Amino acid sequence: MKRTLTSFLLLFLILAPAQSTAMAYSSDPEKFIGEIIDEAKIILSSQDSQEAKAKKLSEIALKTVDIKGIGYYTLGSKRKELSPEELKKYEEIFQKYFLKSFTSRLTTYSDPKIAVLSSEKISDKYTIVKTMLLKTTKKPEVKIDWRVYTKDPDKPLIRDLIIEGLKLARTQKEEFASILSSNNNDINALFKVLENFINK
Amino acid sequence: MLKRLKILATVFVLSLVVYSPQLVADERYTANECFEKFSRGTLKFNQGLDKVIFKPVAKGYRALPVPIRSGTSNFVGNLRSLLTFTNNILQGDFRGAGNTAGRFTINTTVGILGIFDPASKMGFEKKSREDFGQTLGVWGADSGCYFVLPVLGPTTMRDSLGLIGNVFIDPVYHLTHNSETDVVIGNENLSEHNYYYYKGTDAVDFRSKNIESIDSLEKNSIDFYASVKSLYLQNRSQKISNSPISDKGQDDSDWEEIDNQ
Repeated sequence: MKRTLTSFLLLFLILAPAQSTAMAYSSDPEKFIGEIIDEAKIILSSQDSQEAKAKKLSEIALKTVDIKGIGYYTLGSKRKELSPEELKKYEEIFQKYFLKSFTSRLTTYSDPKIAVLSSEKISDKYTIVKTMLLKTTKKPEVKIDWRVYTKDPDKPLIRDLIIEGLKLARTQKEEFASILSSNNNDINALFKVLENFINK
Repeated sequence: MLKRLKILATVFVLSLVVYSPQLVADERYTANECFEKFSRGTLKFNQGLDKVIFKPVAKGYRALPVPIRSGTSNFVGNLRSLLTFTNNILQGDFRGAGNTAGRFTINTTVGILGIFDPASKMGFEKKSREDFGQTLGVWGADSGCYFVLPVLGPTTMRDSLGLIGNVFIDPVYHLTHNSETDVVIGNENLSEHNYYYYKGTDAVDFRSKNIESIDSLEKNSIDFYASVKSLYLQNRSQKISNSPISDKGQDDSDWEEIDNQ
């Protein structure tokens, strides 16, 4: 009996960390965002190095953000002109760029206090979850809306962050368009700029 | 006075020149460039100025004790609400004007010249600022082309006309620039300098609240100029529509295409 219990305990100890890293998020958009925020808060307020924090935040992003979709959206109509090889290369570079940019923005916050306020289903595909980054002695409060894609109701995905009404995906799209237009619409110029950002 | 009226009338006429009714309902967050090369250079110049002057001043301001910063911010915000009030009226937003007037009256009296903000606790919500550029937008003027002004930063044709208009409809400007003193309103001790102190303090207060966000934008942008332009135009468009729904105006055609691929 004692041996069986010890085996169970060992099994539990082995499986428990695996379960926590493969956390299943709620299908309810509001709870989904709440869970992501809670997870991110623990990481950001930990004593981990910036690199370790960035790695953990990247893992969350890979599971909860529609990075491929955002990448296509960001590229705009240019994506239709790319060859399958160029598109594949773009997807790979964009993912690295996105994760670096995303984690770099977040790791500037050491102990963010974010409150989930409400959610609003705006269509069959999208729900907006409203949150508030609470004010500190140095910074004013900031409204952050999360555009959650709910086409698959069991697996919501983040498609945009709207900070005080400013859409990050749109801003990124306009940055990419500007780089392309100032380089004769050459995708390789965009690849180079993104690679420079990743490696800096 | 007649000269000021003439300038205001010119701004109004110019705003009608850029009037474009078909764009009123579905104004997009885009604008053509007026002179991109010049604007990119000006933005770099502004970044340099910010680095050596504005940001250090904002950091110094932030080192002040919280009650001093908060009182200063409330004080200049209360003065700034007079310009919002004028624009509320010009936009036909009488409910907004009532709220702004209520806040100003309470905060100037109970809140001791606007240093405190008891109005918020009394149910007078702190709403976004209004300016003459927004008013021109509400009247239907198209944004016109985009450019960057030295020191003042990003703007459009409409908003630059708005900047001029702001001066002429700002009660604080008139109080500080009126050579005839009025004992009733008590402007005998106010000089033109006071107006520029007030505007300068407002700018420093704004910059101090945005040190990290501007740093982060600079660090994470692959084309800082395009980022600033996009954020500026989105911000103006949202302020003109005064929409509480952050998703209003979202063009989903690109997403639809991606979903159907």
